[in-house]
Amino acid sequence: MIRFETVSKMYKGALRPALDDVSVDIEKGEFVFLVGASGSGKSTFLRLVLREEKPSSGTVWVGGKDLTRLSGWKVPALRRQIGCVFQDFRLLPNRTVAGNVAFALEVIGTSEKEIASIIPNVLELVGLEGKEDRYPNEISGGEQQRVAIARAFVNKPAVLIADEPTGNLDPETSIGIMKLLDRINKIGTTVVMATHDVAIVDQMRKRVIEIDGGKVVRDQSRGVYGMGA
Amino acid sequence: MRVRYLLREVTTGLRRNITLSLAVMITVAVSLTLFGSSLLVRAQVQEMKDFWYDKVEVSIFLCGDISDSPTCAGGEISEEEKTQINADLEALKPLVETIYFESQAEALSRFKEQFKNSPLAETATIDQMPESFRVKLTDPTQYAVIAAAFAGRPGVEDVVDQRQALDRLFRALSGLQTLALAIAAVMLIVTALLISNTMRVAAFSRRRETSIMRLVGASNFSIQLPFILEAAVAALFGISFATLSLVLGKIYLIDQNLATTFTFTTFIGWDAVLSVIPWMMLAGLGLAVVAAGLTLQRYLKV
Repeated sequence: MIRFETVSKMYKGALRPALDDVSVDIEKGEFVFLVGASGSGKSTFLRLVLREEKPSSGTVWVGGKDLTRLSGWKVPALRRQIGCVFQDFRLLPNRTVAGNVAFALEVIGTSEKEIASIIPNVLELVGLEGKEDRYPNEISGGEQQRVAIARAFVNKPAVLIADEPTGNLDPETSIGIMKLLDRINKIGTTVVMATHDVAIVDQMRKRVIEIDGGKVVRDQSRGVYGMGA
Repeated sequence: MRVRYLLREVTTGLRRNITLSLAVMITVAVSLTLFGSSLLVRAQVQEMKDFWYDKVEVSIFLCGDISDSPTCAGGEISEEEKTQINADLEALKPLVETIYFESQAEALSRFKEQFKNSPLAETATIDQMPESFRVKLTDPTQYAVIAAAFAGRPGVEDVVDQRQALDRLFRALSGLQTLALAIAAVMLIVTALLISNTMRVAAFSRRRETSIMRLVGASNFSIQLPFILEAAVAALFGISFATLSLVLGKIYLIDQNLATTFTFTTFIGWDAVLSVIPWMMLAGLGLAVVAAGLTLQRYLKV
């Protein structure tokens, strides 16, 4: 589903590459943790998958497409296959829960009728039934992240990218979010999650890719956060 | 892209940047009014040329007993000289279309008609009026032929081309038109810069929405469309104001004022005003869309 072939990324003006000769293969339907310290290159990895950046060298494949050769106007089509969740939720404060989820469909031209039929199902999936008309500032952080996940998942993307989705949440709420991501993964979506959360990684026992200084230093199925733990 | 979604985006966008939107509307209105006016002045000049070039004549003024030009040293023109001039004019056909001899009596009544509101008309007497040949040319630009043939001939006081007097007026009007066009061009540049800046502010104030739009895979076009429509709507308001001011100018300035005062010439009709409006719309909308699009290329990249 996602394949990095000897990918390096050097930002302009930087002294050392953000990613250095990274080769990784993530299969369809996998659940992968991307761990590493801040500045290790996790975010660059995710940005390359989203084609927000192009690699300095090497090739990035997503869904069988070579992103280094993907022309600019095809990028939106790529991003429709990838859902995104962030630490800071990135909801629109002036839209309701349903409105935020609907936004993702509106901007890609889905009909109003279709949106009306999709939204209740997605909100039910993420456990927000009954909160359609609340605004982001009226619900808890965990609920806001569920809205963000609903928005990321509403297009039924092949890949879900989560950049520290539990970073702003307490442990108990985080577990709920992880269960939700696990459920989405079981539906068939490939999940790539960058995280610092040791407890979650150790508990989930999924594949762990550790990046340090731009290099993959560990790629372990059913791994844990710390080395040798 | 759904219509209702677009409408909502455009109206909230316009309201959020109300001061800048108003500034865009006003500059578009002012610059297009100038632009439209300059086009109307040009139409007016053309109208007057069509009207007057048909009527202008070359006048060959003949020596009377009060003439003091050197060619009139021999005093009043003799009957033979008059006959000779008439014959020479006849020989110049077909360049000469018609020849009309204006007597002193006719000259006086024409003078009185022209200056009927002036005390001059009261004091003019018949012997102050010159006799003249009024010559109409098939091609009014060939005035030099007549001037060469008759100016300086004994008994001819002066050869006057009415067209030259008119051309001075037309040149003044064309100068006015060029000035209006130049100011309009400067205003249009200001408008373009203002639209560009407005788009920059709009893109910045909605960066949250646009970043989410990009993430969920909205196309460049659909991200930029609400912004471009916002600029276009603001421009449309400006265009409406400009159109309105031209219409009011036609009614109050031309029809009710100039046309009633200066009855000797014709003024542009509604067809001229109507034909200018599409150009104003094209200039206003084109400017808004191009300026907005170019700016957004920079600030809303995928």
